[in-house]
Amino acid sequence: MLEKICTLTDLTPLVGVPALVQGEQVAIFRLKDGNVYAVSNYDPFSQANVIARGITGNLKGYDVVASPIYKQHFDLKTGLCLEDETVSLKTYQVTVDGDNVLIAHH
Amino acid sequence: MRIVVVGHGMVGHRFVEVLARDASAVSLETPIDVTVLCEEHLPAYDRVQLTSYFSGKTADDLSLVAPNFFEDSGFKLHLGKGATEVDRAAKTVTTTSGEKIPYDKLVLATGSFPFVPPLPGKDRQDCLVYRTIEDLEAMKVSAKRSKVGVVVGGGLLGLEAAKALRDLGLETHVVEFAPRLMAVQIDDGAGKVLRNKIAALGVGIHLGKNTTEIVDGETCRHRMNFADGSHLETDMILFSAGIRPRDELARQAGLDVGPRGGIAIGNECLTNDPDVYAIGECALWEGRIYGLVAPGYQMAETAAHSIIAHEKKKEFVGADMSTKLKLMGVDVASIGDAHGATAGAQSFVYVDEPNEIYKKLVVSADGKKLLGAVLIGDVEAYGGLLQLMLNNMDLPDNAQALILPSFDGSAKPALGADALPMTATICSCNNVSKGEICDAVAKGCMDYDAIKSGTKAATSCGGCAALVKQVMNAELEKMGVEVKKDICEHFAYSRQELFHLCKVGEIKSFDALLDKHGNGQHDGCDICKPTAASIFASLWNEHVLKKPLAGLQDTNDYYMANLQKDGTYSVVPRMAGGEVTPDGLIAVGSVAKKYKLYTKVTGGQRIDLFGARLEQLPLIWKELIDAGFESGHAYGKSLRTVKSCVGSTWCRYGMLDSVGFAIQLENRYRGLRSPHKIKFAVSGCTRECAEAQSKDVGVIATENGWNLYVCGNGGMKPRHAELLASDLDSETLIKYVDRFLMFYVKTADRLQRTSVWRDNMEGGLDYLKDVVINDSLGLAAELEAQMQYVVDTFQCEWKTAVNDPEILKRFQPFVNSNQPDDNIVFVEERGQIRPATPAEKAGRITIVEMA
Repeated sequence: MLEKICTLTDLTPLVGVPALVQGEQVAIFRLKDGNVYAVSNYDPFSQANVIARGITGNLKGYDVVASPIYKQHFDLKTGLCLEDETVSLKTYQVTVDGDNVLIAHH
Repeated sequence: MRIVVVGHGMVGHRFVEVLARDASAVSLETPIDVTVLCEEHLPAYDRVQLTSYFSGKTADDLSLVAPNFFEDSGFKLHLGKGATEVDRAAKTVTTTSGEKIPYDKLVLATGSFPFVPPLPGKDRQDCLVYRTIEDLEAMKVSAKRSKVGVVVGGGLLGLEAAKALRDLGLETHVVEFAPRLMAVQIDDGAGKVLRNKIAALGVGIHLGKNTTEIVDGETCRHRMNFADGSHLETDMILFSAGIRPRDELARQAGLDVGPRGGIAIGNECLTNDPDVYAIGECALWEGRIYGLVAPGYQMAETAAHSIIAHEKKKEFVGADMSTKLKLMGVDVASIGDAHGATAGAQSFVYVDEPNEIYKKLVVSADGKKLLGAVLIGDVEAYGGLLQLMLNNMDLPDNAQALILPSFDGSAKPALGADALPMTATICSCNNVSKGEICDAVAKGCMDYDAIKSGTKAATSCGGCAALVKQVMNAELEKMGVEVKKDICEHFAYSRQELFHLCKVGEIKSFDALLDKHGNGQHDGCDICKPTAASIFASLWNEHVLKKPLAGLQDTNDYYMANLQKDGTYSVVPRMAGGEVTPDGLIAVGSVAKKYKLYTKVTGGQRIDLFGARLEQLPLIWKELIDAGFESGHAYGKSLRTVKSCVGSTWCRYGMLDSVGFAIQLENRYRGLRSPHKIKFAVSGCTRECAEAQSKDVGVIATENGWNLYVCGNGGMKPRHAELLASDLDSETLIKYVDRFLMFYVKTADRLQRTSVWRDNMEGGLDYLKDVVINDSLGLAAELEAQMQYVVDTFQCEWKTAVNDPEILKRFQPFVNSNQPDDNIVFVEERGQIRPATPAEKAGRITIVEMA
């Protein structure tokens, strides 16, 4: 089911924004190319809700966000941690409809 | 000259390689005729990498024999043919097929066989050893009909074998007689860490177990009974309990062997027969058998040189047993006297339990030399430490820093490649010296790959890779070839170069920088973005939250507060010089009380307020600003504090007004963005109560004015500041500090402290004095002007932020909700809050209700 979370103008390019989706904390990122990604805001390494505050970037061809606490990088598409492949963030499907940003939840 | 080599393993093959290479270089009286007997059906292969056979490598991949080696050399290789008898009088070797091959020189490279403890049941089906490719084939077959596998022996090979079993998909156990793993190479502490790591991979570890018999199992094929009454069931057993030299041929021929086996040899690798050599794991030198390939290679070289009367004759005089390897993905290294067995040896140990890292240094009684080391989990230091020990070099001061982690970008005591003698062996697997690497560079090997293929250095275990690079880079620099210091994959420039590019090109945005000078195809990363932000701030000093700059900032800069472990922030209002009024104190106290913050006086003479949630930050700052405070920049790579003592105003001994001057300095340089954080201190007399000599900039009053010290460092790698100038008046001192700081900001590397910057400065303190005092570069006026620009454009970032609704939006807890983060939970301790532990959060311990 799709839920409207915010508008595109709420998303400064490359700067993460935290959101609540059905009680779950989600970090939303809008990249340079216009793509919007949503992953869990919960950093499994520090156990704090901080992923939205990480710096976005591109490493070895992957669009990533770096956790602001211990600096691990997570692939925004798959949620996979680049430094430790046994760890990943939950990812959420994002739909942009006009100016509206919608996120799917189950 | 007829040469017969018995055995075509790693060492036997190295011998014929050296022979083929050097025989053509040395003028021989008679041509050589070489016959190699190889009992196995495969020519020499890399036994060290045997486990990779299970992860997809083929026998061909593992082969050590270059294509056409035997065709080109004319040497004869007999596969599947061993030796049964040596007749020293007739000088012949009888082969397993019955023929007699005559020799002038005989080389025994028969290696070793795996030791199987004499247990009842050891010969049952699916009880195997781990030594040859044929053994691996048998393991594969056995694994197919097995679910559980046990390795007997927790040494280096045993753990390798366990990896093989795990790779074959078996539930895997290791049974070891000793109370720890790898008992020969590592100590108790390291064994514990290694055990935890390997157990975490799902391998059962059973230590201190003496197997008494193997009988029928109930749930599996076998049951191993242990002396302590316990037992373990398994379908398959691999014995890896050590090796024994294969000396039966030598015994039969009447050659001297050791009491516990091994063919006795001298420094030329000759046995007691002047025409018979023994090399590798079958050989016993000074009562020792070397179970590693590197010493075997050295023996091979020695024997070859001895036989062809090579002018650069080499003697075998023992070998270093240091090793570095990856066991099931776990890095393990052991150097020299790892157990500290040398009389008077002392040790340093660093243990990081959460990350399962263990490091130990063993140093001599006088603390000057390295005797040994153990590294588990983080073996980066291996190459450098090995060189320190092998070359008997003096340890740097604070040797313990060699194994301490470097959190803040501060460099470790460097073991400069320059310090090594040319004869130092850099790569012990392939016996490559520093001199040979330097030669290769001189001959045109300009990058790491070229060095590797040119010298063979770093092509086996790879433990020396970092050092090979260092030696190569040092050589290249000497030749005037630029060595790249790229900050990340997006910019092929150092921070200093980026700074200059931004300044000259008047670049003010990251996109422009990336397009013009970087890899514009992609976005940057969390290394280059904050670096660019810091450079822009030093040059143009715009508000850190201005839109295009905002996304470049680390979270601390972005929210202008210090992120703590639980996702809350701490807030530090500026208290210049540590001076604060009672009203100021009360205001800070009321804010802390109102928002229920934890308060602590910091080492830099300020008050830190902890536990603020994101959405509380603007509210807290609004109140602090109203009370007359401004941001203390405790979050930035910027000037933090100027500490002071009481000074002449109150102190009986004070020469000058240290508080007043500290406040003046702090207000001048507040907010200056720099490669790393900067701290100052001003002491009112030489008693130095402000500890100015441990700061980046230290000022000490004397009878004649101020003395200026620079490049000191407290923290984890302390360094005393050095006297730059003495007897200065306030105005001159500020000029010098302007020049010094701006010069540092422009030329230092990313996250490089002034102390490290100073240590890397060519020309040292004298050069710095020349630049700052004598204006040797003619830059003084420009440096001062740039600093003045930063001073003039200062703004309290928080004051700007609380008045800007656009910026305030970013402090909302969620873009679609104002509900606070329910994962932030505090507990009371000593009358204040602290973050709850996971157990406390789970509700097992009562928590404090927060408003």
